[in-house]
Amino acid sequence: MIKRVLSTAVKALVLSGLMISPAAMADTIKLGAAVSLSGKYSTAGNHTQKGYDLGVKYVNGMGGVVVDGKTYDLEIVYYDDESTPARGASLAERLILRDGVSFMLGPYSSGLTKAIAPVTEAHGVPMVEANGASRSLFNQGYKYMFAVLSTSEQYLQEAVNQIAIKAGKPASEITVALAIENDPFSQDIRAGVMDDANRHGMTIVIDDKLPRDLSDMTSTLVKVKALKPDLLVVSGHSKGAALSVRQMKDLGVSVNMLAMTHCESAKLHDKEKFGNLADYALCAAQWAPSVTSEGAVFGTAGNYSAIFDGEYGYVPPYQAAESSAAVIVMADAITRANSLDKDAVRDALAATDLSTFYGQIKFSEAGNNIAKPMILRQLIDGKYYVVAPANVATDELVYPRP
Amino acid sequence: MITYLNILIDSPEFLAQLIINGLLVGAIFALIAYGLALAWGVMDIINFAQGEFVIFGGYITYTLFYQFGIHPILTIPIVALVLYALGLIIYKTIISRLLGQKDIFITILATFGLAILMQQLMQAIFGPDVVTADPRLGMLKLFDGSILISNIQIVSFIIAISVGILLFVVMKYSRFGQTIRATAQNPRAAGILGIDIDKVYANTFAINTALCGIGGSLVVMVWTIHPFIGLVYTFRSFMIVILAGLGNFMGIIYSGMGISALENVTGFVIGAEFQAAVIFCLLVIILVTRSIRARRKRQYLE
Repeated sequence: MIKRVLSTAVKALVLSGLMISPAAMADTIKLGAAVSLSGKYSTAGNHTQKGYDLGVKYVNGMGGVVVDGKTYDLEIVYYDDESTPARGASLAERLILRDGVSFMLGPYSSGLTKAIAPVTEAHGVPMVEANGASRSLFNQGYKYMFAVLSTSEQYLQEAVNQIAIKAGKPASEITVALAIENDPFSQDIRAGVMDDANRHGMTIVIDDKLPRDLSDMTSTLVKVKALKPDLLVVSGHSKGAALSVRQMKDLGVSVNMLAMTHCESAKLHDKEKFGNLADYALCAAQWAPSVTSEGAVFGTAGNYSAIFDGEYGYVPPYQAAESSAAVIVMADAITRANSLDKDAVRDALAATDLSTFYGQIKFSEAGNNIAKPMILRQLIDGKYYVVAPANVATDELVYPRP
Repeated sequence: MITYLNILIDSPEFLAQLIINGLLVGAIFALIAYGLALAWGVMDIINFAQGEFVIFGGYITYTLFYQFGIHPILTIPIVALVLYALGLIIYKTIISRLLGQKDIFITILATFGLAILMQQLMQAIFGPDVVTADPRLGMLKLFDGSILISNIQIVSFIIAISVGILLFVVMKYSRFGQTIRATAQNPRAAGILGIDIDKVYANTFAINTALCGIGGSLVVMVWTIHPFIGLVYTFRSFMIVILAGLGNFMGIIYSGMGISALENVTGFVIGAEFQAAVIFCLLVIILVTRSIRARRKRQYLE
């Protein structure tokens, strides 16, 4: 008896589901995203997913996307790429062929984006990506890929300009040490720093390429101790950031200016874990809640930060902010295209010129955002202060590092 | 490269700094390598999950330190016990099924699979963040501060060496150590003489994982760890054992410390990206010379 009631109930549910679903499906635009929810990028991948979710929630909350007088809600189909490029590429294929998505949002990291871009390109699916900054992504002639973030060679160029201003001696006497991981993304950062240092006529005294399996930086740091450069640039994802500040203390190494990436993902601001080891370090960031930019969907950067904090209980890292921005850009392009045709949306994306909470967004021919600068923040006593470039700085850079 | 070499010649305090640092932390690697050699020598199991046990030990120390406020050095006995128990479980479930396999690749594949499983589990449990447990013990200044050594490196050196010596003594003089050595020599004969081989194997493997755990506690105090850095410690311990030869206790200590010191100096002179390459080249040279020398003395097995 109970069985029969249950089975009737199930049948009713299935039937009603069948009846509702075609109508519901017609009212949503599906965006595909393969994001690293497990594996080594999972922390950042989770930030990405939250950024996407929040973007979708607010775009839908503001009336969704209107195409041909019809209102659509955005919906994201997610897959976990397990932080492996091969998996990412096959999931992109699956999203396009099996799930039938016409538009994609990017994965986390340059490596995964590099794996997915050829697939979306081959199928002519427009992709707005928010977490692949390697400049090698933008010299492939991709037509369907657009990135809202600044490219990687810009990450620490501002630090070179700052040491030129602050060192109090001619640029030709300034010495720079580089300790940068041997992966494509970090090496782009190195290329950018090298370009600017050479332009100023500075001397590179150390140029160490750190191994991917970085476990000990003693030899590099003793070299820094011996040569006393004015500027030390460290970039090796979160492990490089954490290990360098930890070992600098243990080896008694100090420099006047320390510029790094990934301070935030390494949680260097967490005083319980790192104390004041990383104080006065300069940290590159794509975005910070204190920058002065605003747009229609979330209002100001500060406002976005408050909304994100209210939703997820922590201050959004830039990985989340740029992901939300990608959703806004996609929604804007579909609205302007006034069509669900892939090529029409692609052309609308190429013509994007949009103010958002994340900054101005305008794409070059190659698809990278050329309207937004990188910012440099100084970490002091567990807090980040925007110190460069001058037009967005809220505080004065402290130099030398005490 | 020449400039860096000149620095070392002009200011020997930097050379001393590099070597002392290498020797101190090398003892940690030697401890982990000793565990590997033990399991390899006694059971003929090359454990490719060695580094993951190290990292797991490190995470236990880290968690006890931050969640329960236990001083990281005091967590070492707890870590050793937990890893010993884990070693027994892993032996019963996985390792015992690998014993006596003719094909060495089955052992390697199985333990490598275990390594991947452990990486993912650690990431699920502890998160993928880079962590460190700095006991903040201060510094030791030598020669008017021209050489700085953090006290934790000295403490971890002492701990690693004393654990190693303790184990060496147990192996050599206790009844328990005798059963392990007897089993290593001839398992069948040992079994006939009433030694419970399965128990000896289980204990041997558990001692290995406990050593890894202790090593891991020291690693998280001296450096940083994250769930995917285990392979570094697996490879390093493998290299140390190859260089020293199985069953050569002092050799493991020497090569463990020597490789680290050499790695620091080569990293300084020719750059961090080549330091691993130099070590591997050296390993090849040593193995080739050793095999040439062995060929000269070729004789029948007795």
